[in-house]
Amino acid sequence: MKTVEEIKAAIEAAVPGAWVEIVPNPSVSGQHSLRLAPEHAFEVATFLRDDAELSLDFLSNATGVDWLDKEIAEKVKVAKTVTKTLDGVDQQVEETVEETRKRVVPGYLEAVYHLFSVAKGHGPVVIRIRTLNRTDQVSLPSLTPVWRSAEFQEREIFDLFGIVFTGHPDLRRLLMWDEFKDHPMRRDYVEPDDFEYEPTAHDDVLKRAEAHRAKLAAATAVQEGAGA
Amino acid sequence: MSTSGFVQEKDKHEGWNRPPLIEPDGEGELLEVAMGPHHPSTHGVFRMDVALDGERVIRLKPVFGYLHRNHEKLAEGFTYLASMPFTDRLDYICPLTNNWAYALAVEKLTGQEVPERAEYLRVILGELTRVVNHASAIGFLIQEMGASGTPLMYAFREREKILDLFEALTGARMMVNYMRFGGCRVDATPAWLEGVRKVLAGLPQFADEFERLLCGNEILMARTQGVGILRPELAVNAGVTGPMLRASGVNYDIRKVDGYGIYNRFNFRVPLGEHGDIYDRFMIRLLEMRESFGILEQALKDIPAGPVMDPKAKLRGFRPKPGEAYGRIEAPKGELGFYLISDGGPNPYRYRIRPPSLINLTILEDMCLGMNVADVVLIFGSVDIVLGEVDR
Repeated sequence: MKTVEEIKAAIEAAVPGAWVEIVPNPSVSGQHSLRLAPEHAFEVATFLRDDAELSLDFLSNATGVDWLDKEIAEKVKVAKTVTKTLDGVDQQVEETVEETRKRVVPGYLEAVYHLFSVAKGHGPVVIRIRTLNRTDQVSLPSLTPVWRSAEFQEREIFDLFGIVFTGHPDLRRLLMWDEFKDHPMRRDYVEPDDFEYEPTAHDDVLKRAEAHRAKLAAATAVQEGAGA
Repeated sequence: MSTSGFVQEKDKHEGWNRPPLIEPDGEGELLEVAMGPHHPSTHGVFRMDVALDGERVIRLKPVFGYLHRNHEKLAEGFTYLASMPFTDRLDYICPLTNNWAYALAVEKLTGQEVPERAEYLRVILGELTRVVNHASAIGFLIQEMGASGTPLMYAFREREKILDLFEALTGARMMVNYMRFGGCRVDATPAWLEGVRKVLAGLPQFADEFERLLCGNEILMARTQGVGILRPELAVNAGVTGPMLRASGVNYDIRKVDGYGIYNRFNFRVPLGEHGDIYDRFMIRLLEMRESFGILEQALKDIPAGPVMDPKAKLRGFRPKPGEAYGRIEAPKGELGFYLISDGGPNPYRYRIRPPSLINLTILEDMCLGMNVADVVLIFGSVDIVLGEVDR
């Protein structure tokens, strides 16, 4: 089978303007993946399926991954002018000081697809598509029209991670019930408290219930703010 | 004609791999039936919302999630090893292959070696599991056809013998928790291997008897031949795997394609169907059982002595290096895969199960459209699912 570099070159030759990035996999499994831009993902997927040499006709696994916001602390050398008292006289001195700066890398949601070829017997080729962020820009193109096996799996990703697949013919919740609000597979999902099942609500339980309601209200406010 | 709950937009069905929608004939009203979640044919809690025009199925929407416990989320909160017992509860008819798939994925992630003897034990247990699964699947299918009791009890008689073997080796009939990353938990005694040989000696006779009982049956043929046909192109496109796919004539067996474990060493054939109907699926399972007997014989003949665990394997403080891996095996129901992402911590960052049962149901509607409602039960039975795996 072609290596990821060769597949990248083949995609770039076949789909003009397609952006492909190789995501290396440091583990011994050696399953490196290709990250696609959402704009071209559909065309690239069609190419991967129909190309005579690759013929990745079998989408085995489609799943979501939630990557939280990451706070990165960096040490930066900064030149500063410091006032120092030397020999009883105040002087302006240039000094290099190390400072720790924190920056936040925004998180994103990612859909990962594992492709195999039934015709040629090779695989897996892993493709990944990521959303812009985790809150309001969470739509990705659906690959269900290319591989039917994504139909339920993309519904599951939508259900559990909240990625909205545009072009999916029947995007509904798969496992949770329709009235359910949140997306339980997100890393920051807050589990509902079990206070409602307490047979005799008393002080401590009532407090917990109140705290839980406040937490839910805050979460809903954030969601509505993001949705609007 | 009124349908309250059904989405009947035609454009949703155009432009992707879907069958043409069937239009009801005449002026009659459509009847909506919820088959399940407690229908005896659904093998658990599963619902099919069916729209009927007389006896004909016009629409069918599967509804999942009654048994959902978010196993994937739970696994993110446990260490790698602590998820092993939970895999037993996915497809509870075949716990050992679930163990195997998970162990294989972790071994891909960490690069652990599995000792020879453990590989052989895995093959023996995996193939015994396949026999259990296929025998029960056929038994249930015939049960749903109305042959109450007898065929299912024939299958369960053999299943009990094999489950006794599992119990003797692992301590439990179904919740086995047997495989480990880099081997198996306990070694098999010579007496246990002798027991497997004894059970195996009786299995071909069981298969003959079972086949004689069923295959020439006129009712069975009338109900299954030409019913629920699945085209090979659609089967591949819809990600159908396992006996379902091979019954449609596609030669894809992961034991041959990937040759995971030590399957390259065994001599076995991959039975293929011709028509892709229920009868083919049923025959493929019978034939696969017979191939499994062959693999078992070869494995029991060649099994070497030695350790069953990689001596370097670490059970406590197990932290794979950052990275990801997708490992898959040919489970009795199809391709069972585990996708793991490690961030270097003791728990997996992402733990995904690729459930064959759920993905094989993608084409349930396509197979049922235009069929009689009584056939839906059979078509559904021929997919062979376990709800523990569908809903996870």
